Amino acid sequence: MRQRLVTLLLLLFAGMAVTSGAAALAQDGEVLQGTLEGPDGDPVPEVVITVEGDGQQVGTATSGPDGNWTVPLPAPGTYDVLLDAGTLPEGLRLRDEDDATLTDVTVRPGQQRTVLFPLESGSGEPEAGPGAAPAPPPGPTEPAGPSFGSRLAQLLVAGVKYGTIIAITSIGLSLVFGTTGLINFAHGELVTIGAMTAFFLNAAALGPGLALIPAAVVAIAVGALVGGALERGLWRPLRIRGTGRINLFIISIGLSLFLRHIILVFYGSRPQPYASYTIQQAIELGPIAITPRDLVITLVTLGVLLAVGLMLQRSRIGKAMRAVADDRDLAESSGVDVSRVILYVWLLGGGLAALGGVLFGLSEIVTWDMGFRLLLLMFAAVILGGLGSAFGAMAGGLLVGLVAQLSTLYFPIELQNAWALGVLILVLLVRPRGILGRAERVG
Amino acid sequence: MTAPPRGVLAGTAAEPGVAKPDPLLVVDRVGKAFGGIQAVDVEHLEVQRGVITGLIGPNGAGKTTLFNLLTGFDRADTGTWSFDGRAVAGLAAHRLARRGMVRTFQLTKVLGRLTVLENMKLGATGQRGERLVPALLRPAWRRQEAAIERRADVLLARFKLDAMRDAYAGYLSGGQRKLLEVARALMVEPTMVMLDEPMAGVNPALRQSLLGQITDLADGGTSVLFVEHDMDVVMRISDWVVCMAQGQVIAEGPPSSILGNRAVIDAYLGSQHDEPGLGEQP
Amino acid sequence: MDILVILGDAGRAALGPQAAIYALAAIGLNIHFGYTGLLNLGQVGFMLVGAYGVAITVATFGGPLWAGVLVGLACAVVLAILLGIPTLRLRADYLAIATIAAGEVLRLTYNAGFAQPVTGGVYGLQQFAGSFYATNPISPGSYGVGRLVYSERDLWVMVVGWGAVALATLGLFLLIRSPWGRVLRSVREDEDAARSLGKNVFGYKMQSLILGGVLGALGGMLLAVDTQAVAPNTFNPVVTFYLYTLLILGGAGRVLGPALGSVIFWFLLLFIDSALLQAIGAGYIPAEVLSPSDVGALRFALVGLALVLLLAFRPAGILGNPREMRLEAGAAGTPRRRRKSTQAGSDRERGVAR
Repeated sequence: MRQRLVTLLLLLFAGMAVTSGAAALAQDGEVLQGTLEGPDGDPVPEVVITVEGDGQQVGTATSGPDGNWTVPLPAPGTYDVLLDAGTLPEGLRLRDEDDATLTDVTVRPGQQRTVLFPLESGSGEPEAGPGAAPAPPPGPTEPAGPSFGSRLAQLLVAGVKYGTIIAITSIGLSLVFGTTGLINFAHGELVTIGAMTAFFLNAAALGPGLALIPAAVVAIAVGALVGGALERGLWRPLRIRGTGRINLFIISIGLSLFLRHIILVFYGSRPQPYASYTIQQAIELGPIAITPRDLVITLVTLGVLLAVGLMLQRSRIGKAMRAVADDRDLAESSGVDVSRVILYVWLLGGGLAALGGVLFGLSEIVTWDMGFRLLLLMFAAVILGGLGSAFGAMAGGLLVGLVAQLSTLYFPIELQNAWALGVLILVLLVRPRGILGRAERVG
Repeated sequence: MTAPPRGVLAGTAAEPGVAKPDPLLVVDRVGKAFGGIQAVDVEHLEVQRGVITGLIGPNGAGKTTLFNLLTGFDRADTGTWSFDGRAVAGLAAHRLARRGMVRTFQLTKVLGRLTVLENMKLGATGQRGERLVPALLRPAWRRQEAAIERRADVLLARFKLDAMRDAYAGYLSGGQRKLLEVARALMVEPTMVMLDEPMAGVNPALRQSLLGQITDLADGGTSVLFVEHDMDVVMRISDWVVCMAQGQVIAEGPPSSILGNRAVIDAYLGSQHDEPGLGEQP
Repeated sequence: MDILVILGDAGRAALGPQAAIYALAAIGLNIHFGYTGLLNLGQVGFMLVGAYGVAITVATFGGPLWAGVLVGLACAVVLAILLGIPTLRLRADYLAIATIAAGEVLRLTYNAGFAQPVTGGVYGLQQFAGSFYATNPISPGSYGVGRLVYSERDLWVMVVGWGAVALATLGLFLLIRSPWGRVLRSVREDEDAARSLGKNVFGYKMQSLILGGVLGALGGMLLAVDTQAVAPNTFNPVVTFYLYTLLILGGAGRVLGPALGSVIFWFLLLFIDSALLQAIGAGYIPAEVLSPSDVGALRFALVGLALVLLLAFRPAGILGNPREMRLEAGAAGTPRRRRKSTQAGSDRERGVAR
């Protein structure tokens, strides 16, 4: 009763905040959700699901006619999700009775976490053996009680995955700064556009229902084109007009607001997963358990990072990019076509951001503001590595991802991004130009 | 041209690091490296009070970096230096300026969205109205402000900028900006002005006027240390010339001694064949 | 569609408590950004500590409201100092990212479970401003004409809020015309030049950060008092972006810029809001194209678009002097392009465009 009163009050105040315009949209609505389906893929309605945190009931939901259920959460953290087996329709049961309670489900800031209850037909004794794992945790979600060493290993793996995704999205941000001096606040939206394009092709009701891999390829192309279009249609004309650096920066803030909320209008605020690879069984590799999906994400990002690194080191255009980022005037006077190099930087950055978006959406879920939530971490990565350096961005991204994940060893998970940002401020205190940055001469 | 007090260096030997009769600035073992390259490595250098000292050297010799180190705009890796008899190494730039060591920049730094007069008035030190609380009370600073304005107007007339007095400084021409920057530095009432390439980008008409201003300064007792690439200018107005190459002081002496100096010619020819002036000199 | 209703809604917002709150915080931002050139993207953090200073003092510890105000102001000063020491030596864009990060760290921390006993966590704190309304001299009732009506409660907040805006504007006017303001503007134009003239640039930036931060905190307090509630998610970075939009709309670096900008901003925002809702309600816009729940998002998108267009076409804002603004374009920014050489630089810059 009291709980409900608090919820009611909370809603009331949330409503006030909305009407008063101060925060018309709560940006971080953590949610636990899922879809109940029978073995034949039919939705299962009218099943009661309860979420508990710290032994207290946080919320409850009943699955709708489409089998969907959603429980809004007050905050990120660790929750237990209970399925009331008594409300299951006749002829269905849980594959494993232990699956009725999913313990220690970790929800990260802003995350809309999907959990699954595997159901099968029959009403007799459930079969023995391990039930399919629920939606594999994107972050550290070891069951309670693993050893410190194994938690550390698990978090390292999660940190590398998170970090490489940040790194892959940060390269464009850093190179764009290096070549044009623009700090692009709208870079996060390139990430979202990538994830969204793949979602439309892969899982949207009106979409063609492409497999995820071709959808991702198209998404990368779209991301690159949007990047190139922004350069040619907006940034280059503004540079020619001589718009100052700070004004360009604020314009990018406006662009970010604009794009993000246009996406919100079209996509809606409901987080949605891709159609494939959402449910997977973790494989054990020594002390760590990793789903094939997460393994592939990590390997793909590492491979792409390596390829980009090689391209920057070896290819003509890569060398030209680094040269322009390093010293634009010098590059220009040695005959580099700076304008073309900048266009290529945008194409590359947009494509990589889109790829990062698809992978981020795959590892968590696709939301309208996922890029914006990643943006500050990208900034942290880029600054840690030294603005303008692609390799710095890679190293910085990895560091940010690791810090965010490893902080959960000792500190609450809801603060993981705060720690990553805290590291950013600390590094700026010690090395104002980043770890790999260089000093500039005065005068 | 050389007034009596400026002839004091007549008996000083022309060799690097030589002691001066009345040094204003004394530099010892100042070093600075950028990414493994030793940009500045000055063993010992003294700058005489009340004269015009020219600082020359090929591109990349470390002249501007030395300026930055001495004036507190960059941090030296090693070394000490003293100004007017007091150790000033490590002091913040604004403190050095208040002690009378005022610099200008190679690329002029006028304050574009302040008027020319505001640029000038900013230079005055010890303004009561620059403190937060008195700033709110106009009577507390009105009289001082009026005095500063009078002083600024005199200087503006002297630098022939009085016609631009109320224009935004951003609308001045390149040469006028250089003039304004020197004039503004004088508002600080410096003991020594350090000019970083004052003639760069200044048209011939203004150049003459600027040269006159600089020699007037020295005649008025202000010491001048300036970096310049134009050898004509250096030879005409300097009482003493210091030449740097690869971060080190390789030669110093009266202008005439520098022209024929083997080390100087080598430094210029070795690094850049097209450097004007020196190669052709006997 | 009823144009009177739309105008009434928009007018009510333009003069209402919200506009006063944003104007106050934007005056602070004007000191930072408009006069000192500090690209502070964490202004919402100052609002947060101000609001929570009041809320925590009263709701958690049962102290009086005036003590809460003092605590809020003290928190703003402390935050400015803590934020300023590492960031004020940084270049403008680094500073922007460091400040937005600091604002987010604050929000996440106040939101966190361990802070719940003090801050109320995500639920925030409520009902702490009773004593403010108890002193309301305005007799109960509603005041105004047509849709443009305010309760006595709103009016009391407005009197205090716009009073504070007027005082802050007057103070800023006096300061900016003083030698102190001259130094501040010189720091905005070129801090190395100011330093070479003996000005303690760091000190002035810190004064600016504290002063503007305190005004931000006052805005936050007023927001808390107005809604009688605080919750961390109210203080997300978008609030700072709103402040920048209205500041640039009114004219950054203009004494009256923030107040005028806030009034116009809220008028336009609610005008669009109300007009769209009415158009949907009356069937001019089919519900399939735009549902009422999309209006909020569309409003944000339009704010973003306005910010882009403003800066692209009229960066000086309504009060600004475009002639003066043109000077800023090349003078302050782009160190990379201007560093090398003055004459060749401009040619090269043109070369880029080719």
